Amino acid sequence: MKRAPSHSYPGINLGENHASADKATEVVTFGFWVFLMSDLVYFGLMFGVYITMIDAQAGGPGPHELFDLKSIFAQTMILLTSSLTVGLAMLALKYNLPRPRIVLWFGVTLVLGISFLVLEIRDFVNMAAQGGIPQRSGFLSAFYGLVPLHGLHVAAGCIWLIVLGIQLRMMGLTDLLMSRMVRLALFWHFLDLIWIGIITIVYFGGLAYG
Amino acid sequence: MDNSSEMHRRERRRYVIGYGGSLLLTLVVFGIAYLFGIEKRGVYLTIGLLGLAQLVVQLVYFLHIDRRRSSREDLDLILFSTLVLLIIIGGTVWILGNLAVRMHMHVM
Repeated sequence: MKRAPSHSYPGINLGENHASADKATEVVTFGFWVFLMSDLVYFGLMFGVYITMIDAQAGGPGPHELFDLKSIFAQTMILLTSSLTVGLAMLALKYNLPRPRIVLWFGVTLVLGISFLVLEIRDFVNMAAQGGIPQRSGFLSAFYGLVPLHGLHVAAGCIWLIVLGIQLRMMGLTDLLMSRMVRLALFWHFLDLIWIGIITIVYFGGLAYG
Repeated sequence: MDNSSEMHRRERRRYVIGYGGSLLLTLVVFGIAYLFGIEKRGVYLTIGLLGLAQLVVQLVYFLHIDRRRSSREDLDLILFSTLVLLIIIGGTVWILGNLAVRMHMHVM
């Protein structure tokens, strides 16, 4: 496995400013990619189930009654912007910017992540008020199997961010912590990719074929 | 130091390009759905293709996956996972769709 010296491991990396942390991160980051891809297969299964369940509405409320595109649009914008801010946090880390800058970008990411969750939960509450609950139909079971699974991942990411913030206060910017930040950034970007699948297949696909 | 800040600027520009591209694609997708209505023929196909384009944009500009040698193992991993996904999703839709047609359920 030969690699160019400027990128000791693929993709997002800590760079030459943190050579020792960069080397230590190389293997675990690739391992984390393997985790992300197996997570992707899990999401893929849920997408497959959803596609086959689009018509199984059993007379219950369907996509046209339940989906609120304005809210979906807002959630999309928030998540996309948070993907940028987590990237900027990684750059602040990589290029040795002052620590408040790193904390700022991770902080903005956390706020955006929580805003996303608030909007998503509000959607679920509105859906439930119209009778759109998981046990109503196969379509709704598949919906609630997939979209909140993504939301759960975002919530896990938010908890992860908070834990990193606490650890940063306690331990300082150690190699281990930087390596964890790299994986968080990967995880966060990955969640935005899944969200593109959700708006395309779950929301627009549901409206087109449901 | 100079070299480093130059690299920083270049990398930051990549993120901003990725963000701008994703933003544009998202706006176009929602715009098309709003203007033409999602049920119209070809509209959903267009939305699907734009979604795929956005996946590629984010993989390249946010996750830095490209065809450089250093990214190769990541790319292999992603491509293999995509193959598994296509088999899982394609197979599920094919088999269950076929079953539905044979059961006269008027779907798909």
